[in-house]
Amino acid sequence: MLQGITSEAFILGCSAIGAGLAMIAGIGPGIGQGNAAGKACEAVGRQPEAQGDITRTMLLGQAVAETTGIYGLVIAIILLFVRPLLSAYIGLGL
Amino acid sequence: MELQFTIGGQEILIHDSIFNLWLVIIFLSIFAFIVNKKIKEVDITEEPSGFLNAVEILVDAVNNLVRSTMGENNMSFAPYIFTLVCFLGVSNLVGLIGLTPPTSDYSVTFSLAMITFTIVQVMNFKTQKGIVGYLKSFTEPFAFLTPINILGELGNPISLSFRLFGNVMSGGIIMTLLYSALGYFAPLITPVLHGYFDVFSGLLQTFIFAMLTMIFISGATE
Repeated sequence: MLQGITSEAFILGCSAIGAGLAMIAGIGPGIGQGNAAGKACEAVGRQPEAQGDITRTMLLGQAVAETTGIYGLVIAIILLFVRPLLSAYIGLGL
Repeated sequence: MELQFTIGGQEILIHDSIFNLWLVIIFLSIFAFIVNKKIKEVDITEEPSGFLNAVEILVDAVNNLVRSTMGENNMSFAPYIFTLVCFLGVSNLVGLIGLTPPTSDYSVTFSLAMITFTIVQVMNFKTQKGIVGYLKSFTEPFAFLTPINILGELGNPISLSFRLFGNVMSGGIIMTLLYSALGYFAPLITPVLHGYFDVFSGLLQTFIFAMLTMIFISGATE
């Protein structure tokens, strides 16, 4: 083990780094949702009378595009708050 | 509020999200009783006004939404969609009065998604006319795509529940972090964020959950 660092602290730190890495998944949905919003703006500019339908379709598409980001978020939350790696390490009884 | 009590030497802990879930259920039941009582006394020759008018606008909006997304022959699902909208709307807005939203508990969102999943499978079974057609629908368009079709079908409730859970949960975590970081100065900043996370995001996720449910069900009935 590294000097002065307990195993538990090491696992907690690595879990935090892992949570940060998992949140990189937020980039994709961000780009995708912005793209969809931009296209919806274009559509409203071209056809202002269909604004309600366009907004509804855009929100639905964005919600589906968001799914991958939410998966990353759930993994980050589990790593930070449920701490499965720490309990697995303690469960090993080393 | 968390409840903790002991029955026969076993400690039972009821989380605050489950407690708030029952609060929402009781509130909606009382609301339903009042509406039911008022709507029976109303004179149908007069124009609706006040409280009943608002309820009628809501029911009409959901009916129109169901009609435009699922078609006239699926109008029997409108009560289910309206129940979903009422329940999710109220439980996401519960964060405004300082309680934990019930939807930030994964068991709540997963059970709602499983209800939708069961309806979709039953409707699939009905439209494919029996078990042979139902099983055969998984081998479309090619037989070797069967595992992917099954995985795609099983992924629907998971993505549906995680979407709602992740949105509400992350909003709650950010609000908790802000409240603990700012201390006494929190009321200067948090009202705007409550408006975003609870009102906007909560109602948007309600709409999206209902919308996706309608799309899945209408896909199974075609």
